[in-house]
Amino acid sequence: MAIQARELTKDYQFGFHDKDISVFRTKKGLSPEVVASISQHKNEPEWMLKFRLKALDHFLKRPMPTWGADLSGIDFNNIYYYVKPVEEQSRSWDDVPESIKNTFDRLGIPEAERKFLAGVSAQYDSEVVYHNIREDLEKQGVLFSDCDTGLREHEDIFRKYFGTVIPPNDNKFAALNSAVWSGGSFVYVPAGLHVDIPLQAYFRINSDNMGQFERTLIIAEEGSSVHYIEGCTAPNYSSDSLHSAVVELIAHPSARIRYTTIQNWSDNVYNLVTKRAIAHTRATVEWIDGNLGSKVTMKYPSVYLMGEHAHAEVMSAAFAGSGQHQDAGSKAIHVAPNTTSNIVSRSISKGSGRTSYRGHIKVLPKAHNVKVNVRCDALLLDEESRSDTYPYMDVDNPDVTIGHEATVSKVGEDQIFYLTSRGVNEQEATALIVNGFFEPFVKELPMEYAVELNRLLALSMEGAIG
Amino acid sequence: MSGAAELDIRGLHATVEDKEILKGIDLRVQQGQVHALMGPNGSGKSTLAYTLMGHPKYHVTSGQVTFDGQDLLSLTADARARLGLFLCFQYPTPIPGVTTVNFLRAALRAQGKEMPAREFLNRLSTEMAELKIDESFRQRYINEGFSGGEKKRSEILQLAMLRPRLAILDETDSGLDVDALRTVAEGVTRLAGPDMGVLVITHYPRILEYLQPDVVHVLHDGRVVTSGGAELAQRIEREGYEPILGAAAAAAPVA
Repeated sequence: MAIQARELTKDYQFGFHDKDISVFRTKKGLSPEVVASISQHKNEPEWMLKFRLKALDHFLKRPMPTWGADLSGIDFNNIYYYVKPVEEQSRSWDDVPESIKNTFDRLGIPEAERKFLAGVSAQYDSEVVYHNIREDLEKQGVLFSDCDTGLREHEDIFRKYFGTVIPPNDNKFAALNSAVWSGGSFVYVPAGLHVDIPLQAYFRINSDNMGQFERTLIIAEEGSSVHYIEGCTAPNYSSDSLHSAVVELIAHPSARIRYTTIQNWSDNVYNLVTKRAIAHTRATVEWIDGNLGSKVTMKYPSVYLMGEHAHAEVMSAAFAGSGQHQDAGSKAIHVAPNTTSNIVSRSISKGSGRTSYRGHIKVLPKAHNVKVNVRCDALLLDEESRSDTYPYMDVDNPDVTIGHEATVSKVGEDQIFYLTSRGVNEQEATALIVNGFFEPFVKELPMEYAVELNRLLALSMEGAIG
Repeated sequence: MSGAAELDIRGLHATVEDKEILKGIDLRVQQGQVHALMGPNGSGKSTLAYTLMGHPKYHVTSGQVTFDGQDLLSLTADARARLGLFLCFQYPTPIPGVTTVNFLRAALRAQGKEMPAREFLNRLSTEMAELKIDESFRQRYINEGFSGGEKKRSEILQLAMLRPRLAILDETDSGLDVDALRTVAEGVTRLAGPDMGVLVITHYPRILEYLQPDVVHVLHDGRVVTSGGAELAQRIEREGYEPILGAAAAAAPVA
């Protein structure tokens, strides 16, 4: 992803925004009327409107969660919940309006598609403006579209799975998403089919005071496999934006889903996301979750291991610069016997940045011979930075093997001296150590993303040394 | 900047954690010469190495050091390296996640010695073969899980790739078996000469049989107490430090 940097701020190169050209937006704030107007605008079936209104009810009734990051800065009345940027979705870049095209050109999206992707979806504010999938995959029955199209064109499959992994009343922000969701991705991979190069979705917030609530639903049928990648950026506005997604994955027996996220929101975005997967017998679900941006992130990708020999792999990396709080982690719920999970978390805090690892391992009474491995390592770059670990374990079966290891370390004076003694300056030395610390995560990424991530980290490190 | 450069140390005093270790060192390594610095444990040899390279824990309280005529002490460690100074560490620090290849490229770039990828890889292969280092080494993380011998070979590999103007070897011979010692010493000998001077710090004369120093200095209690030719190392081998230190003490002016 060759990205042309136009830096409005020192650290964040995606802070530019384009002129608002939206064709429709709901009025600020949230009400049954706003929710109904979104549903009506999308021409949805009655059951979806009901689903949305019920979810709104849950949202309004539930208190703000206070157990995690500080969310007191969110003003739900000062947010646009739906902003439609264009009338029609395009399958050709030529049809995408110029200013939006410029944005994605700058972010390197069409170039990446040509080079190494099986399909691309680009969401701008509330709607997917461009979407394409390789023809051969489409012919073999792979579905890849935004969720609205999924509902419209494949209602039977959609309805069977939608909201089944994360019900609207799961938590306050899942309820909010369920009420006002728009866009996102709908992926369906038929049995036995391997989509061997990644599908990618790109999420961009452009409008001020905007809430983005994309919804993603991925179904991998028996014995199939798919790798889905998402990336996201937003402009630097003085007021805060809200991103609250819901992502549901269903891995049928012996299927494999890998879901990779490179979250790089600008530091005025509250990023409150619910991600959960169901892994059936012998299925594998892998969450590769990188959090670099946002003001506050609360995100704990989870796997429910429902069938025997199912496996969960969660590899996460978080970087919190000054003013940022990355409250991330993972959950593995072992429902079936002989299931395994491996959770590896790496986090770095700089300046007043704060990282928290919050994990939950649950082993149900019938789940014998379960193997769990949790490892979280935190690196602090200075005296001010902070990291906390909150591991929760509920184990109701004695026949389990659990490994848990957590470390917090500081960049060592001797490491810096060793590297600088070879000619690199202190800032580069720190960047090398930081990149090295994230190496287990980075090597899970496709090469293009690994290069990009290392570059982003180097940018974030600028000015790290006083 | 190329070609060996002269290192000139005058009246160098330095402290570590408020304890004075170097108590007035005078030492000059002329362009392209090989000097050995010997001395018993605790005499200040490694402190001198770290102080010359600019470790932040070592504080210079007085004295001067010039390298190629430039004041070294006002520079940070990375600037000293870019000037052509290299320290072969006695205990190289592990850097998890940073591969030897990536680190070498970053260091070469920082020193303005970047080369095309193909040329870099060819040179790396050649140097690794000379030092009998396995190809798998490229992708290993620097010094992480290295054996004692691997660490030392890795240091010499970096030396060979970076081509400094003066190399300080801090007890590079310690912990090496005879074969590894020969490989490492030959690696240094190959580079030493008009392009690179060497200051080799050691307890043991054995490495000097390979390196053949022009001058041998003996350090004791933070000062150079005597200097001589290669025969001084042979005398230490035969008689140990005590007679030499005793003679030096007797010759010292009485306060």
